[in-house]
Amino acid sequence: MKSYLPAEFIIERNEDRCIRCLACVRQCGFETHVYDAEEDSLLSKEELCVGCLRCVTICPTRALTVRTNPSEPRPNANWTREHLRDVARQAESGGVILTGSGNDKPIRSYWDHLYLNASQVTNPSIDPLREPMELRTYLGKKPDTFNPGDAKTRESECSNVRIETPLLFSAMSFGAISLQAMQSLAQAASEYGTLFNTGEGGLPSELVDYGKSAIVQCASGRFGVNWEYLNNSAIVEIKIGQGAKPGIGGHLPGEKVLAKVAETRMIPMGTDALSPAPQHDIYSIEDLSMLIYALKEATNYRKPISVKIAAVHNAAAIATGMVRAGADMIVIDGIRGGTGAAPKLIRDHVGIPIELALAAVDSRLREEGIRNWASLVAAGGFRSAADVIKAIALGADAVYLGTAALVAMGCTICQKCYTGICNWGICTNRPELAKRLNPDVAARRLENLLRAWSLEIKEILGGMGVNAIESLRGNRLQLRGVGLEEWELRVLGVKGAGE
Amino acid sequence: MLPEINSQLPILNPQPPTGEVAQVDARGLDYRELNRRVDDLLASGAGEIEIRGVHGQRYIASRIRRPVNFRIHGTPGNDLAAFSDGVRLEVFGDAQDGVGNTMNSGEIIVHGRAGDIVGMGMRGGRIFIRDEVGYRTAIHMKEYREQRPVIVIGVMGQDFLGEYMAGGVVVILNLPPRNPKSFSRPPAFIGTGIHGGKIFFRGKLEPYQTGKEVGFDCPDEKEKELLNGIIRDYSNYFSQNLDHVIPDDFLKLYPKNLRPYGRLYAY
Repeated sequence: MKSYLPAEFIIERNEDRCIRCLACVRQCGFETHVYDAEEDSLLSKEELCVGCLRCVTICPTRALTVRTNPSEPRPNANWTREHLRDVARQAESGGVILTGSGNDKPIRSYWDHLYLNASQVTNPSIDPLREPMELRTYLGKKPDTFNPGDAKTRESECSNVRIETPLLFSAMSFGAISLQAMQSLAQAASEYGTLFNTGEGGLPSELVDYGKSAIVQCASGRFGVNWEYLNNSAIVEIKIGQGAKPGIGGHLPGEKVLAKVAETRMIPMGTDALSPAPQHDIYSIEDLSMLIYALKEATNYRKPISVKIAAVHNAAAIATGMVRAGADMIVIDGIRGGTGAAPKLIRDHVGIPIELALAAVDSRLREEGIRNWASLVAAGGFRSAADVIKAIALGADAVYLGTAALVAMGCTICQKCYTGICNWGICTNRPELAKRLNPDVAARRLENLLRAWSLEIKEILGGMGVNAIESLRGNRLQLRGVGLEEWELRVLGVKGAGE
Repeated sequence: MLPEINSQLPILNPQPPTGEVAQVDARGLDYRELNRRVDDLLASGAGEIEIRGVHGQRYIASRIRRPVNFRIHGTPGNDLAAFSDGVRLEVFGDAQDGVGNTMNSGEIIVHGRAGDIVGMGMRGGRIFIRDEVGYRTAIHMKEYREQRPVIVIGVMGQDFLGEYMAGGVVVILNLPPRNPKSFSRPPAFIGTGIHGGKIFFRGKLEPYQTGKEVGFDCPDEKEKELLNGIIRDYSNYFSQNLDHVIPDDFLKLYPKNLRPYGRLYAY
């Protein structure tokens, strides 16, 4: 069918600079650039361009510029360019519109309406460059009481996992991301003393040595889940939902189930890997408890069991059920959480912002006196250390970084993850593309990110006059809201600025 | 003091069962105590374990990964042998939900009926249920290389049998119920979303009973051989004469399409 879709991007080539090296032709997995040898000319099929800027970055003479297509239909505040485009795409295909990465709509970011406190006069601030500053965090259930001399307390069933900074890498499964990308995450996590998350696609055999830095997921597809997988881990995570697609499962299409992916997921090559929307052994909190304890039994109570849900309207009530069901760690993933593939409608419209869900969950667990029963991890679009530190003040023990980690590796958030083509070698399993990501270099970039954000967190802690992240955790008095309505301040549990 | 980042579980001695039969009385024990006692017995060299007086204890044999024989008397609870790898387990009684959940290999024989989601996400091994089973049997069952799980149901299953099935074999012998008063409605939505594996059903099915992704055929010669073996094993395990059950009576249900959701999306 003839497409009426205009190109999203235009490509400008500076002919004076172009040396016909054809790097752009080779680098674009979407085959945007074409070389005509007869004419010695380079053409750009702009309708194929996704705006990932790989060619722009690689071009040795900086001859290329990619810009959003400036041709605009008649301005219309209701029928935006995106709406027109989506209707045309659906008229051409009759299908559900897929997308990748996190929500790109201008959802109110509460982080940008919360401001942090600092010490002035009445209590001294601390210089983190001169004094020790503690970011070490323990994930898992904490005992109700603690007597240092009591052997029973020490040997309680609260097995905890130590991380050196409250930053974890989010679940990204092999099959969605490349082996190289997963190895980069594993290496960086292991070097820095934190954890990466296998997602639900299993742990590739090349990475079994990183098991002690891995959070391994048990999701509805149960891919790659066996005794070894569960026990070669730091934490086992039951995935109920994901912020980018609450309430639905996942389809890894057969063409992406190549030999290595098939081996890791333990399914035949080329078959669709379907993750049903619910876990079919979990239809209630009681059933969740059954799986939590099944996993505890299978791992002989040596691993904290985490449960991850998407931030939805009743997150607080569900979270208390999860904790009472026996979860040692709960993860709330907000509406800005990323994905390798999700229907755009769901990514953009289902769920609630993490800030509100996190505050509601933390408050609820405190009210019920069970906050110590589980660690609380927030996820979904953390862009900077400032977002992280505000989340910790709202009550999080740690945060998951997904998109930020991908960006550290080179991702430009072009949102085409679902195509299986990623010019940066991250979200692809085409060997010629995946090999572009050097795990040693990418791991270094990830470690640098962890280091930089950790330093910034220490800086802010010092400014507040505290020397341990523990002192900030759930300390909402360190936050003040600006430009928020009464109900928003109430849900967040923070005062307005000046109050 | 909190333990450091994890330590490995000690791997049990992977010897075949040669030791003696250890007896456990499960009365008054909760599942943790029961499963710990089993661990202790195995660690001290027991090769076979007989558990009596089981009243709903969950997760029995769920962390064993070597070929140990279990004989269980009573009613084991949910998630019997979940995640297990290599045990051979015989239940003299009924089983509850989640028998063989995400099981990797081994064999479970139930001299009675079982509840819902028998063999959910199972990847290898065999499960024989003498009588009826509940809903969603073999849901999302898979196969991987030489691992090809088999579930055999003596009487009948309920709705959504083989839902999302991605591999393996389910056989429904459709034998008359032991208790003639027991009535179960004919199952519906068999094989909804099936995209791998096969279901062999003895008898006839109405169109409403299967999912739209299911195709029908007769078993081929190789499959008849497989069915003969299964019928023979069933009749041996449960001491029943099944001379009248022949592979020609079976209907083969298979996935019409290995990519049931291929045309769902706009790329």
